[in-house]
Amino acid sequence: MNAVTNRKLNGAYNHAYLDEQTKRMIRRAILKAVAIPGYQVPFGSREMPVPYGWGTGGIQITASIIGQDDVYKCIDQGADDTTNAVSIRRFFAKVADVATTETTEKATIIQTRHRVPEAPLKEGQIMVYQVPQPEPLRGLEPRETETRAMHAYEEYGLQYLSLYESVSAFGRIAGGAGYPVLVDERYLMSPSPIPKFDNPKLHQSEALHLFGAGREKRIYAVPPHTDVRSLDFEDYPFEVQHFDEVCALCGCSESYKDEVILDDEGNRMFVCSDSSYCTDRRNAGHAGPLAGHVLGQDDPDPASLEDAQ
Amino acid sequence: MAYVSVKGGERAISNAHQWLDEMRRGDTSVPELEVEQIREQLSLAVDRVMMEGSCYDPDLAALAIKQARGDVTEAIFLVRAYRTTLQRFGVTEPLETSRMAVQRRVSAAFKDIPGGQILGPTFDYTHRLLNFDLYDTGPAAMAPKAVDPVAETVPTIASVLAHESLLEEPPADAPDADAPYDLTRQPMAFPAGRDQRLQALARGDEGFLLSLAYASQRGWGNTHPLCGEIRMGAIAVEFTPEELGFPIEIGEIVVTECQMISNFEGSADRPPQFTFGYGLTFGHNERKTMSMAIVDRALRHKEIGETPAHAVQDEEFVLYHSDNVEASGFVQHLKLPHYVDFQAELQFVRRLCKEWHEAREGGEDSTTNDPLIAEAAE
Repeated sequence: MNAVTNRKLNGAYNHAYLDEQTKRMIRRAILKAVAIPGYQVPFGSREMPVPYGWGTGGIQITASIIGQDDVYKCIDQGADDTTNAVSIRRFFAKVADVATTETTEKATIIQTRHRVPEAPLKEGQIMVYQVPQPEPLRGLEPRETETRAMHAYEEYGLQYLSLYESVSAFGRIAGGAGYPVLVDERYLMSPSPIPKFDNPKLHQSEALHLFGAGREKRIYAVPPHTDVRSLDFEDYPFEVQHFDEVCALCGCSESYKDEVILDDEGNRMFVCSDSSYCTDRRNAGHAGPLAGHVLGQDDPDPASLEDAQ
Repeated sequence: MAYVSVKGGERAISNAHQWLDEMRRGDTSVPELEVEQIREQLSLAVDRVMMEGSCYDPDLAALAIKQARGDVTEAIFLVRAYRTTLQRFGVTEPLETSRMAVQRRVSAAFKDIPGGQILGPTFDYTHRLLNFDLYDTGPAAMAPKAVDPVAETVPTIASVLAHESLLEEPPADAPDADAPYDLTRQPMAFPAGRDQRLQALARGDEGFLLSLAYASQRGWGNTHPLCGEIRMGAIAVEFTPEELGFPIEIGEIVVTECQMISNFEGSADRPPQFTFGYGLTFGHNERKTMSMAIVDRALRHKEIGETPAHAVQDEEFVLYHSDNVEASGFVQHLKLPHYVDFQAELQFVRRLCKEWHEAREGGEDSTTNDPLIAEAAE
């Protein structure tokens, strides 16, 4: 934000940016979403100071539920240090004056784009997902008027047909991320573009999962202890991705991996996409084949950053 | 070994923003632009930012243009993100555009109309030759004043045609007309009412509406438009505070209004008559206002009894995709990392690729040797 704007608007924003009436409106939408798991609740999404597609839905949910005692974690692609996650975490540290963490266990609110943390979630934790396209059927039917009717009539034949078509074309159900799920055996739901590797983590989860789509103006939820079933066929059961490689840093063979290109000769390594999980494992003494390798540049001390602005 | 950094850091973000500030300022030996200069001398950019930013404030719009380095869409975004935090006091009285202090008013439908044709400050009929005198600053240009003042009330073209019932009556206000649909507080809903449609079009991207309107002129949803009237000028904004019970003037805004007329050959339910499309924008913007009126008319096909066949007549297509802040954000979010999804794609494509090569080398294809599946795949 420009210096002129800052000078003039200093103190002009409410706690956590949104005004209280807007927060109440969003909380009502969240309550409705929790009451009808998987159902997309339309809401009066506001214009936010970050662009659409960059997390406006997730930010509005967080802004509406975050309190002074919360501990906030924000990840993108599983990592706390990706640029947009850093930007959003700093936004809430600034406008909500809230404690932040990179440790999954310590967080009360975890905002995410494209991943569910590897560590099991606990009761009382809230996952907030940034959702680009809340409508799982949109790729099959572009009209909102049609897809709302399909949900109302529980008419999901088109979705199953699409899965069948991919079986016939590829010999298996295609789809790597944003794999459709049926929530509480009623509503078809997009889990947001998390890899299907993460889909099973939503089933009977201890945590509350809230999904916010700012541009599309929809909120939906998976309450704790709710059935979430990834769609499949009896003869083509749902399966998650598996990596043959272990994490080069912590040696983990279970986690979802980022592929890191090391040079222009095709050398690469695989590391845990969940940076907090990988750090915890390394601190606990686990080591991978390239242990000690430093990813990216060192982040400076956050205090010196504040001075620089 | 070449090293590829994959994680972004806080220092990188901070440095990038400082670099942006530096680039915005440009060569420091050139005097810095003042917001007032932008407001006064780039006034049409200011008008567009106010309109698509949905906030009538020339100073804020000028500040946004300065901060956005002249990127109008970015400036619109800045104004929107500020506007959304402002408190609402209430809804003003409807504008009476017949009481506009007209600066420009032309009709292409009639050679002369009550109130007369007033050209006003227009680029029309100028020769688009670069004026090299503008390289230097010079004395301010002054236009001569008219001898006779413009009438206080200038009737609209709609009221001129109304005597013969040749122009359709504007649709009656909805029962809840006191609370017009507000897209900045309510999500898009379909079918869209007139208030929702006109608000979406007024906030919509000028370029998008221009191209849609142009496409419809070229036959992709022909509306046979004719510019019944276009007028621009200042108009009083009135508001009725609850405690007073009568309207008071709270300010004046400049708007451009367009009534676009289309002929209609009649149907079983309606006599042949002219139908209209409506456009209204803040400030002076005829390109946007006329495009809006043409698109408005095209989207009214159901009321008129036409069969929709083109994109411009599809309200879900038009209203969902006209907002440039939404569009710009979502298109550009592709710059954000997608390595988790890409990894999933990569795994899948590698597996398919491996099978493809194996099938060709071994003469066996695991996926298509089943005749049933092979048939379904075609």
